[in-house]
Amino acid sequence: MIVFDKPHALIDVPLHYCPGCTHGIVHRLVAEVMDELGIEGKTIGIAPVGCSVMAYDYFNCDMIEAAHGRAPAVATGVKRADPTKVVFTYQGDGDLASIGMAETVHAAARNENITVIFINNAIYGMTGGQMAPTSLIGQVTQTSPYGRDPKLCGYPIKVCEMLRELDGPEYLERVTVNSVAHVRAAKKAIKKAFQNQLDGKGFSLVEVLSSCPTNWGMTPQNALKWIDEKMIPVYPLGVYKDRSATQEGGNK
Amino acid sequence: MDKVLMKGNEAIAEAAIIAGCRHYFGYPITPQTEIAAYMAKRMPKIGGTFLQAESEIAAINMVYGVASAGLRVMTSSSSPGISLKGEGLSYLAGADLPSFVVNVQRGGPGLGGIQPSQSDYFQSTRGGGHGDYHMIVLAPYSVQEMAELTVKGFELADKYRMTAMILADGTMGQMMEPVSLDLQVAEPPQKPWATTGTNLSRKHNIINSLSLVPEELEKLNVARYERYKIIERDEVRYEEYRMEDADVAIAAFGIAARVSKNAVDEARKMGIKVGLIRPITLWPFPKAPFAKAAEHVKQFISVELSMGQMIEDVKLASECKVPVTLCNRVGGMIPTPKQVLEAIVAADKGGKL
Amino acid sequence: MAKLTFKSDNCKGCGLCVSVCPKGVLRLANDKINKRGHHPVEAAYPDQCVGCASCAMMCPDCIIKVER
Repeated sequence: MIVFDKPHALIDVPLHYCPGCTHGIVHRLVAEVMDELGIEGKTIGIAPVGCSVMAYDYFNCDMIEAAHGRAPAVATGVKRADPTKVVFTYQGDGDLASIGMAETVHAAARNENITVIFINNAIYGMTGGQMAPTSLIGQVTQTSPYGRDPKLCGYPIKVCEMLRELDGPEYLERVTVNSVAHVRAAKKAIKKAFQNQLDGKGFSLVEVLSSCPTNWGMTPQNALKWIDEKMIPVYPLGVYKDRSATQEGGNK
Repeated sequence: MDKVLMKGNEAIAEAAIIAGCRHYFGYPITPQTEIAAYMAKRMPKIGGTFLQAESEIAAINMVYGVASAGLRVMTSSSSPGISLKGEGLSYLAGADLPSFVVNVQRGGPGLGGIQPSQSDYFQSTRGGGHGDYHMIVLAPYSVQEMAELTVKGFELADKYRMTAMILADGTMGQMMEPVSLDLQVAEPPQKPWATTGTNLSRKHNIINSLSLVPEELEKLNVARYERYKIIERDEVRYEEYRMEDADVAIAAFGIAARVSKNAVDEARKMGIKVGLIRPITLWPFPKAPFAKAAEHVKQFISVELSMGQMIEDVKLASECKVPVTLCNRVGGMIPTPKQVLEAIVAADKGGKL
Repeated sequence: MAKLTFKSDNCKGCGLCVSVCPKGVLRLANDKINKRGHHPVEAAYPDQCVGCASCAMMCPDCIIKVER
C-alpha cells in the first residue's frame, strides 16, 4: 500500500529551489490539496515574481505568470472571466506585502473568491537576500547590513493582522512548515482555503512562515529552528479570521 | 438601423459590448470617465463584469487575467493613467495576449491638464512600456469611427494576439454625433492557448513573458516582429482627401484632421492645390501614401496637438524628400482652421510660416 | 514492514528527512554524489522504518515514496 507519493498535480521535474528551502513543501501541499479536492483540471494558478516565479513549471494545472505584485489583480480577472474555475495565487513577501500590497488589500476588501498562498520567509530570495517588508527587527540582509533598524526602515508588516481589520476577507490563517506536525496543520489550512473558494465563501489567504537557508546563512535544520525561535514570536501562528466559523458560533 | 446621438466615449463603450466584450476594468480619470460610467450601467444588465479597480495598474492586470482566460476584455484611461498601465502593456505584449485599451488623451506631461491633446503619440506608437514591442494604434476622427474602430480593434487584437489601442483625445471622447451601431463583428478565433483549466485532457497551458535563455528570448522577439511585418503589410489604414493633384499635403489624425479638412476646403476655394493624408492606423503608420505624395508635393505640414511627434514619422515615410513643417497647439489648445489655412498659404508660397 | 523509494537524482542533500525520522533510519550517503552534485539520502537501517512518512512530508523536493 502506498503511504506517500508525489501528488499528480505536481509535475515530476526537479525544483530549482535551494537545498532545504521549504517552498517545495508548500508546492507539494497545494498539489496534494488539488488532488484530494479533484480540482486540478479546473484550476488556474498565478505565479508571482520572486523565487517562485517559475512555479508555472511545477504545477500540472494551467498557469499564468504575473507581473511583480499583480497576481491578485490577474487572479481577479481570471476568476471574473469564469467563476466556476478555481483560481489561486502563490506569492512571496516582497511580491504580496511590498510591491503588490494594494492589489492584496483590495482583493481582500472585495472578498474576491480566490485562494492566496503567501510565503513569508522574511527576505527577498531571488535577488539575493535583500530586506523584505516582513524582515525582522535587527535582521541582517544585503540591504540592511547592520540589521533592520526601525528608525530607518520601519517595522515588519503583519499581513494577517492587518487584513483581519477589513470586513472583506473570509479566511486568514498563519501556519508554518518547519516540522511534521506543522506541515500537517499547514495542509489543513490550505485545503480549507481552497474548499472555501469551492463553497463560494471568498478571499482565503494562508500565510506560510517558510525558510530561506541560503539567504539567512544557515543550515536547513537551523533555519527551521530560526522559524520557531525568531519568526513565530513576531508572527504568531493561528486563525486570524474565519468569518463562516464566527457566524456559525465557531471558536474564533 | 437608425442613427443615435452619442458621445464618443459612449460609442466606444457600446461598440465594445457589440464586439462581445463582457469584462471592463478601469479607474476614474478625466476625460474618459463616460466609458466607465456607461459600462457600470450596462454590464450588470447583460451578465458582464464592470469593476472599478484600485489603480490603473490593477485594472490592466485584471485585463491580463481575462485575456489569459481567452475572453474579450478592455480597459480605458487617459494619459497619466496610460503611463501607469505601461507595465501591464509590456507584459501583455510579452505574453502575446489580445487586449483592447482606450486612451482618451489629455495634455501632459505629468498631471498636465484635462483638455484635448495628441502628445501620447510617441508613447503609444513606440509601445508605451519597456522592451521591443508594438501595439496596433487606431486614431478615430468621428464618433462613428470611435464605434467602428473599437470593433476593428477587438478583431485585430484577437487576430494578432496583441494589444489594440484607440488613441483618441478629449474632443473625440466628449463630442456628440449621430452614430450607426449597425456594426459587423467577426466571430472571435479559437484560443487553444488560453488558461481555462486542463480538464485533465491536455498538457497545461502557461501564459508567461519570462524567458531566461537569451537564445530563446531572441527567437520570441524575432517571431513577434515577423508578425508585425504582416500587420504592416495588411492592416494599414488611412484616408486621402483631395490629394490627387496636391502641391501641399497636410498630415493629421483625430481632431487635428477634422480641423485640417476645413482648412483644405477653404484653401481649395482660394485656388491652392492642397490635400490631406489622414492616418487611421498610427501603428502601423501608413508610409506608402506619404512616399507617393513626396513625389509631387512641395511641402508637408504636420498638424498636431503636440510639440511635434507624428512629424517624425512623416519625415521618415517621405524620406525627407521635401520639407515637413509643423502646425501645432499644445497643452489642451486646438489649432483653428484659420491657423492651418495660414500654414497652407505659407507653404504654397514656398516659405515657412 | 515499510518500503522507502528515493528519486536520488533529485535529492539536494538538505537532510531535513534525516532530522525528522523518529527511528534514525536515514542518512546522507557521504560516499555517493548524485548528478546534481549532492550527497543523496539513503536508508541506512531500512528494517527500522515504520512507514510514518515523516521524511516524505518534510522533503522539499518530493523524492521519497513510502509503502507499507
